[in-house]
Parts: sequence; C-alpha cells; structure tokens
Amino acid sequence: MQPIIQTNQLTKVYGMGDVQVTALNGVNLQINPGELVAIMGSSGSGKSTLMNILGCLDRPTSGTYALAGQDISNLDKVQLALIRNQRLGFIFQSFNLLSRTSALHNVMLPLVYRRQQKLSPEAREAKAMSVLEAVGLADRAHHVPTELSGGQQQRVAIARALVNDPVLIMADEPTGNLDTTTSHEIMALLHQLHARGRTIVMVTHEPDIAAQAQRVIVLRDGQIESDERR
Amino acid sequence: MATTSQPLNVETQPLETTAELTLDAGLGVIGLGEIARIAWEGVVRNKIRSLLTMLGVIIGVAAVIIMIAISAGTEATIAEQIQGLGANLVFIQGAFGRGGPGGEGSNTPRLVYDDVAVVESVRGVVGTSVEMPTSQTVKRGTTTLSDVSVLGTTPDFPSVREMGVANGRYFNQTELERSAKVAVLGKTLAEELFGSEDPFGQSIIIGTVKLTVIGVAAEKGIVGNTDFDSQLYVPITLIFDRFVPSQFARFIGNNVRVIYAQIDTEANMDEVITQIELRLASTKGITLDELPFTIRTQNDIIETQGATTAAFRNLLAWVAGVSLLVGGIGIMNIMLVSVTERTREIGIRQSVGATPNDIRLQFLTEALLLSLVGGLIGVVAGIGGAILFGATSDMRTVIVPQSILLAFGSAAAVGIFFGFFPANTAAQLDPIEALRHE
Repeated sequence: MQPIIQTNQLTKVYGMGDVQVTALNGVNLQINPGELVAIMGSSGSGKSTLMNILGCLDRPTSGTYALAGQDISNLDKVQLALIRNQRLGFIFQSFNLLSRTSALHNVMLPLVYRRQQKLSPEAREAKAMSVLEAVGLADRAHHVPTELSGGQQQRVAIARALVNDPVLIMADEPTGNLDTTTSHEIMALLHQLHARGRTIVMVTHEPDIAAQAQRVIVLRDGQIESDERR
Repeated sequence: MATTSQPLNVETQPLETTAELTLDAGLGVIGLGEIARIAWEGVVRNKIRSLLTMLGVIIGVAAVIIMIAISAGTEATIAEQIQGLGANLVFIQGAFGRGGPGGEGSNTPRLVYDDVAVVESVRGVVGTSVEMPTSQTVKRGTTTLSDVSVLGTTPDFPSVREMGVANGRYFNQTELERSAKVAVLGKTLAEELFGSEDPFGQSIIIGTVKLTVIGVAAEKGIVGNTDFDSQLYVPITLIFDRFVPSQFARFIGNNVRVIYAQIDTEANMDEVITQIELRLASTKGITLDELPFTIRTQNDIIETQGATTAAFRNLLAWVAGVSLLVGGIGIMNIMLVSVTERTREIGIRQSVGATPNDIRLQFLTEALLLSLVGGLIGVVAGIGGAILFGATSDMRTVIVPQSILLAFGSAAAVGIFFGFFPANTAAQLDPIEALRHE
C-alpha cells in the first residue's frame, strides 16, 4: 500500500546568515492510508512547521516529502496551490470561514478553485449541500458564520475540507476554540470520518484529544521524540 | 440544533479522490467568468466599503462631464454670438485711432465713406453697410443720458447685421441722402428714455440736434463687445454733418470705422476678399502690401474666440483630470486597506487552492468593477449635475456624448492602473502568514 505521507530527512531552517533557527531537523515520517495521527509537542517543537509542510503551505529547506506518491519538495507556489486544492482538506483552530459568506458558499469554495473536472455552479451547490448534509448542517446552509455556533462553524469547515475528496485531512488544533461538549462532538465527527477510512493528521497540545488517536507522534526540537501506535 | 450523535452520512463521499492529479494550471487562473463572479461577490458583500472606494471615481467622472458641459456651453454661446454677427460677412476696418485726421499718420490712406461704393462694385458682394460711431449726450424731457453710443449707418444695416426693427421702421435711402434728423433706438435705450411710453414719433435731443424717433430695434443683445440694445442708430450722413465733421472731408472724404460687405454664399470668400483688397489698393494708389486695412471674416473671429475657449477648456480638462487621478488614488488607498483587512480571506482562499494569479485577478477585477460601477454612477451624477448647474446658474451647459465615453473609459483605466498595486500585494501574500493574520 502506498503511504499517504512519506518524508525523508525533512529539514526546515528559518533565517539567513548568523541567526539561523532549525525548526525541523531530519524528520522521517510515514503515514499510511486510513490512519488517525495526532502530532504533539510544546511550542517551538516544530509541529507547526511540520504541519505547514505536510499541508503544502510551505516547502522544506532540504529532504523530500511525497504526498500520495507525488513528490512535492520541488513544486512552485502555483503547483502547491493545485495540490492543496486537489489532495488536501484543512481544518483550523479558528475555523477560518469567510465571514460574510453563507455556510453553503464557504463549502463550495474549494470547488470554485478546482481546475480538473470542473463542476457547473449548480453541480457545485448540489455537491456542497450533500456534504453539509453529511455533517448535519443542511438546515443552516444559508446562514453566515456569525449566525452559527462554534461547533457548527467547525462542522462547516469540516464539510469544506471534505468537499474536494482529499486524500489527507489536516486538522490544526480542531477543538482548540471549543468548549468540552462541542469538542466531543467534533471529535466524534472526525472519528466517524476515520472509521470511514479517511486519513487524518491532527496537531494538538491537549493530551486527552491526542489520546483518542491511534497513533501519537511527539516532536521535540525539530525531531521526532516518540511515535506510539495503540 | 443538530448534533453529530446522529450517524454521519458519508456514503456519498468517495474515500479517495478518483481524479487525476493536475499540476498544470495553464495561466494559473481558474477562468475569467469565475474570477468575475468572485470579484462581484467581493463588491456587493461590503457595500459601504465599496461605496467609499467608488466615491473618488464618482466625483471624478461627474467632474469631467460637468466641466466639459460647461466648456461646451460656453463655446455654444460664443458660436451663437458669432452667428449673430451676420451671415457671410466681411469686416473691413481702417487704421483707426493711430494718427487720425491731421495727425502724424495723415498720409496713411484711411477708410472713407466713398470706399463703400468701391467695395460694392466688387463682384460677389451682394450688400454693404457702413458704420461710424460717436459718443453723445442724449436728452428726452428731464431724462439725460451721457456717453450714449450713436451709430451712423446706412439703410442696409439691419439686413447686413441681422438686426430687426420691432416698432416703427429703419430710415430709408432718401433720409440718408438728406441727412434726415431721424433715429432708431436700441431696446434698452428706448426703455431708459421713455419707460413704458411709446417712443414712436417723439423727439430726443442728441448733443444740440433734435431728432425724431422713427423706430425701436428688436432685442439683439451683446455681440462681440457691442451692446446693440443700448445704442441708437442714425443716418451716417448726419454723423458727418453734425457730429464728427472733418476739415479734410472735402478732399479725402469722411472717415468710417467699419465697412461691412455681405458676400454671395455661392462666391469664393477668399477670392472676393482679394478682389476687395485689390480694388481698394488701386483706389488709394498704393500696392496691396501697403494697404493698411484689416479685412476679417466671421471665421477669423471664430478662430480668435476659439483660442480663448480652448484655453478655458484645457483648464477645465486639467481640473477634471486631477479629480480622476485623486479618485484613482482613493481606489488604491482603500484597496490597500482592504487587502490588509482581508488578509485572512486571502489566506483561506490560498489554503483551498487559489493561485497567486487567481488572487491578483480577483482584486484587479474588484478594482475594475468598482471603477466601472462608480463610473456609471458618476455618469448619472455628471449628467444630472450639468443639467442642474445649467438650470440654476447663468452659465449654459451642453452635455457632450464623447465626454461620457471619455470619463467612463478613464474611470476603467484608472481602476486597472490603481488596482494593480494592491492586487499584486495580495497575490504575493504568504498563505501561512495570511492564515495567521488577525
């Protein structure tokens, strides 16, 4: 089985000249399809940097990264944007929805920027609606984010992450802005996606959230400190 | 509220994308139709911000249209005045003021009354008139007006200068030959002297000469520098006899200020003018180059006036251009603020797959849309403003269709030009930074 994520000696160095900070120092990581992986680590451990590179928002200084068999280490900005659109779904701590745009149109956004097998506006709406339905928000489709609760906003974001059928879902502190009850709801949703065979990489600093994952990777000083499967 | 405790219906969701991965973005743009849709949403989503952005363009476009309308109105007024000079008219003016009878320029040939006959004899001249002014005190009963312009003319004057007689009649050839003491009053002058009374047949005293009023001219207004309504018209022979007698008149004839020649519309104007010049030169016994008279046509006067109005129009064009420029800078300012405000939005779009060109074109199209919509509002405001200005002020306004195109086109150009910098700024944002932006 081809791994979803395969990195080899992934290194990221920030800064030029005298002041150089090594955020990632030779990370070797393999994540297989269907895994739910939590990445933990204190601030400065390099987990955000790893997240950004795995999410194709940034490029490594050296080393290689293959996403579903596609080497992305040497792609340019435009190609990275295309990869993000076709292969990735993002869930953020602060939801990152367009504020004056309805839930439905937020979910449609990745479809708008899709270049292969383009959908008509009607087909986009139908597709976005079906995903909103799947996360239980069909009745809130025409509400703007400010009219939705935090949990609902995060579910819109999850629907948006799913709409282009990504190979990998990146979740950056997905419950960080939610209360305990809502956190459980969102985690339950992620578990259901996982149960359906989705590959999810989740960055968190909450041990009880990480404990729900089958695999927990702890970073320290830009290197993998531990990698435990349960 | 729906909760996730209900089973997730993900049956419709394929586990993995079946689509082939595309790494070729072409020009890196999802399509202009899509971009236009996104940009339009951006414009309508925040109406207040859009309106503020458009304000500069609205004012600029309206200013261009109003300024050009004022300038065109002024030109139209001047053109009408020039038309009012009389059709196909040639003005022959002597070297007046310099020298004068007995003065140092006395050997210079002067324009005299007898020259009228010379001009009239040229083929292509269908009518002539002549004028000699004098300034006199006019009395009627207890009313005394000083420095009234008294114009000595011939019976042809009303037809040559296109002046009507509203009440009574103009003097005739017999009265001219006899230096009859008759006068035709300008409308304003008639009112000043007689009020609401009928002046016809009444007497007035000019200087020391008593004249009978035989007519009142129709209103004509100010043409060039002459107020036709505030002067009075008498036979030119009366001027020679009683008001500006010249001791040389016996030898060289009576001075006149202007001889008017009306040219046949079929005739070649330049040829006729040359003939007049030749005939006058030979009468005076001098060469054509020595002829001290100026011969001008309506066109000459139009050109002179044209130079003045062109300067006025250029000034207005500058003012309007500057306001469009300021409008453009306004767009740029607010677009830049907007890019900063919407950094998060840009980051979100980038995270779901927008390329730098998608972002650049989105903002460029927004700027273009804002200036086009602003331009459209400006056109309406400009037309309305020009009409309102024309109705409420002394100045006339004429809306020039080309000015609408010009203003609208400039607005679009301004939008693209000043939208480019903010759009580029937006396109170059780093997605990680943009997503982190508060």
